[in-house]
Amino acid sequence: MTEMWVNMGPQHPMTHGLWSLRVKINGEIITDAEPMIGYLHRGWEKMMENRDYHQIVPLADRLCYASSLSWSHLYCKTVEDLLELEVPERAQWIRTLTLEIQRIASHLMWLAAIGTDLGSYTMFLLPMREREMFLDLMTDLSGSRMTTNYPRIGGVRNDLPPNWERDTLRVLNLFEKRLREFEALFDECSAFLMRTKGVGKLSGPEAINLGMTGPFMRGCNVDFDLRRDDPYEKYSEVDFRVCTHPDCDSYARYRVRIDEMYESCNIIRQCFQKMKQGPVRVKSPKAVPAGRAFAHVEDPRGEGLMYLISDGSDKPYRLKVRSPIFVIVSGMPAALIGEKVADIPAIMGMADMCLGETDR
Amino acid sequence: MTEMSPKAKSFTEEQVVKALTDKFQDKVKDAKIKPRRIVLDADRSVLLEMCKTLKESYEFEQCSCVSGVDMKTFFQVVYHISSYANKMVIQITVDIPRDTPEVDSITPLYGGANWHEREAYDMFGIIFKGHPRMERILLPQDYQFFPLRKDYEVGRRI
Repeated sequence: MTEMWVNMGPQHPMTHGLWSLRVKINGEIITDAEPMIGYLHRGWEKMMENRDYHQIVPLADRLCYASSLSWSHLYCKTVEDLLELEVPERAQWIRTLTLEIQRIASHLMWLAAIGTDLGSYTMFLLPMREREMFLDLMTDLSGSRMTTNYPRIGGVRNDLPPNWERDTLRVLNLFEKRLREFEALFDECSAFLMRTKGVGKLSGPEAINLGMTGPFMRGCNVDFDLRRDDPYEKYSEVDFRVCTHPDCDSYARYRVRIDEMYESCNIIRQCFQKMKQGPVRVKSPKAVPAGRAFAHVEDPRGEGLMYLISDGSDKPYRLKVRSPIFVIVSGMPAALIGEKVADIPAIMGMADMCLGETDR
Repeated sequence: MTEMSPKAKSFTEEQVVKALTDKFQDKVKDAKIKPRRIVLDADRSVLLEMCKTLKESYEFEQCSCVSGVDMKTFFQVVYHISSYANKMVIQITVDIPRDTPEVDSITPLYGGANWHEREAYDMFGIIFKGHPRMERILLPQDYQFFPLRKDYEVGRRI
């Protein structure tokens, strides 16, 4: 049979956000694939060379609306590394726990998206409803649902509001019960299992070489997590498990993300137990000394890295962002080749696409 | 049993730096060590060979990031290469003259560098020799400029 190229997207239900996938097919079998990105390119890195350091914090939020806090945190951490600024103890605890709330909210967004990808509207609505509980917590904390603008260079914007700890623990107790329901909804759905088990196979060493990181890589049976293996903030003082799965297929990546949500709940509880009263922010200078720094963190989607060059003025000379999805998408053809066209949503959905950070 | 469980064979930061300076002599400069971090400058002629050594002998499995930098009189390419076995990141800075902006591509070694190198070409016009597909990635193919160069004016329309 002759082979042909087929365009999926940019207007395809599988492509959340603006991107496009060209696949070369031989009958039903994919023989080549080429993701196409760049529709959302805003020149973020160039824009940052014309903003001063404090103006960039809210703009870093806009890199990804689903996990905005982890990006503004990464930016603040990079600048702090260059300034050699010590963040107060309590601010580090607050950052750790808000990052985990953000991780749960982001994973729930993915869970909802995979629900629609695989054709169940219930699976879309329920995680979206629970996500709203975490966004409400964020509203109480920072004043906005998604682009929170909460971390600051040298700490966080404000201390926890009254009763926030109580509210969060209530939400967590409720959420863990609901998460078990979601698990049952997916794991006992034979259609979901048939569509995800055994598709999109990618071995661990291959995934590492292709630059896969985060839950996607741990779903390829690689036991690595920056929170444990290159700890930042207070992750070295909390106890958690790095979730992996030996199957290396789409189902494994689903399992890893679900397990990570349980682990995030544990981390948040430990943070509340271990944190003490104290200042949440130190003064930071307007201009940053000349030098270079990089920082990397475990974003909900993978390894987020920022590389900052300062020339001593109040604006960055160069700020490079390494987006996890940018790299994961570049390696996706390896997981797609040899699969059937109908399996594309089940494979690509597990990458948890976010175009804001991919195109920047 | 996971594939990347801690193995007996792993290296310290000092061992890696010593091996690289022994092998590449004066082509390696300004090596600095921090916990879990190595920072060094390398000559562009030895870059590919150095990455090969790191990958094959010292368990640096993943290329995290490739960033282009415009230093006005010359370009730089900065590589961040991670080792999952040794739990460290090495940052390699390579200077590239502005009139011949070329450097060896490390994509044949690290698949993860593929789109990063294309992006550096897209934004700075740095050519990576041996890259399977040296084309623009984020900007349109017919774009005439390299916008992240410092001599590109912000707000200019084409």
